[in-house]
Amino acid sequence: MRPTTLHIMLADDDEDDRLFFKEAFEEVKINYRISAFNDGEQLMNHLYETNNPLPDIIFLDLNMPRKSGIECLKEIRANERLKKISVAIYSTSSSEQDIEDTFVSGANVYIKKPNDFNMLKKILSDVVHINWQYITDGLNKDSFILSL
Amino acid sequence: MELYIKYNIDMMCKVLLQQQLDKFNIDCKVTEPGYVKFKENIPMETYNKLIESLKEFGIEIVDNQKSILVQKIKNAIIEMLYADKGVQSLKISSYLSEKLGESYRTLSQVFSEVTFISIENFIILHKIERVKQLLLTENLSLTEISFMMNYSSVAYLSQQFKNITGVTPTAFQKIMKQKRYTEA
Repeated sequence: MRPTTLHIMLADDDEDDRLFFKEAFEEVKINYRISAFNDGEQLMNHLYETNNPLPDIIFLDLNMPRKSGIECLKEIRANERLKKISVAIYSTSSSEQDIEDTFVSGANVYIKKPNDFNMLKKILSDVVHINWQYITDGLNKDSFILSL
Repeated sequence: MELYIKYNIDMMCKVLLQQQLDKFNIDCKVTEPGYVKFKENIPMETYNKLIESLKEFGIEIVDNQKSILVQKIKNAIIEMLYADKGVQSLKISSYLSEKLGESYRTLSQVFSEVTFISIENFIILHKIERVKQLLLTENLSLTEISFMMNYSSVAYLSQQFKNITGVTPTAFQKIMKQKRYTEA
């Protein structure tokens, strides 16, 4: 099955970061649509509502009030309906241990938030294009690991 | 002077289309509006030129010939990477153009257009995918895998693995093991 539009969800409590994120996607060649949420709780409530369409990939900020990125990730992986969705973690930490722990918890992509906007553009477009390959070619999602 | 003109759009399109097709010496017939029957297959190069010349008139070919070609390229690459005997040392461009009967330039152009990544990147991505699979399922050392996948050295394999996934092959194995453990 080949979706024509990539549906992306983002949960980040920082308004500026959400804005940068959306702007950065202008580089991406694939058709996409972004739904943004202000925190993990809002995102999860939306995902648990069975009438809402599921995204192809979710970007989670690690540090958010009420529900952190890791908590969301664990809930997503524990949920039968949601577990197949690609999850990208978006964090300021670049410690090897944090990265490994995030992957062990089931993340597919680990992104160290860059300070430079052009870098962010490049990273996000890489993630989305590679994820697109996993969708269109049915690659094994279980071993899909990408750290940028 | 003023003139009032009456025209038949269907007729116009049909004539225009036939003229364009004739320009390429393609043996075919516009049998009904929006449908062209070809006597034989045309080379990709001619096909691409045809698309270009039709674009000028706002005519687009509704088909997935490109997608079909891309699928053929992908299949050929996968077949190569998953060969029982391991990956043979051969030049990928000549392998693909020989197998598919098109120039490598045409192949890579169509490929990037449809998939948004280059053939080279697709191969690297799938090669690493295959390495991942071998790391997780077969009891092979990294040296054996690098030999099997025709890497010039283990160091090069490790480096490419790290470039693509962001983690080393050893870290990957560790992560997947822990992941399986926590899921079980």
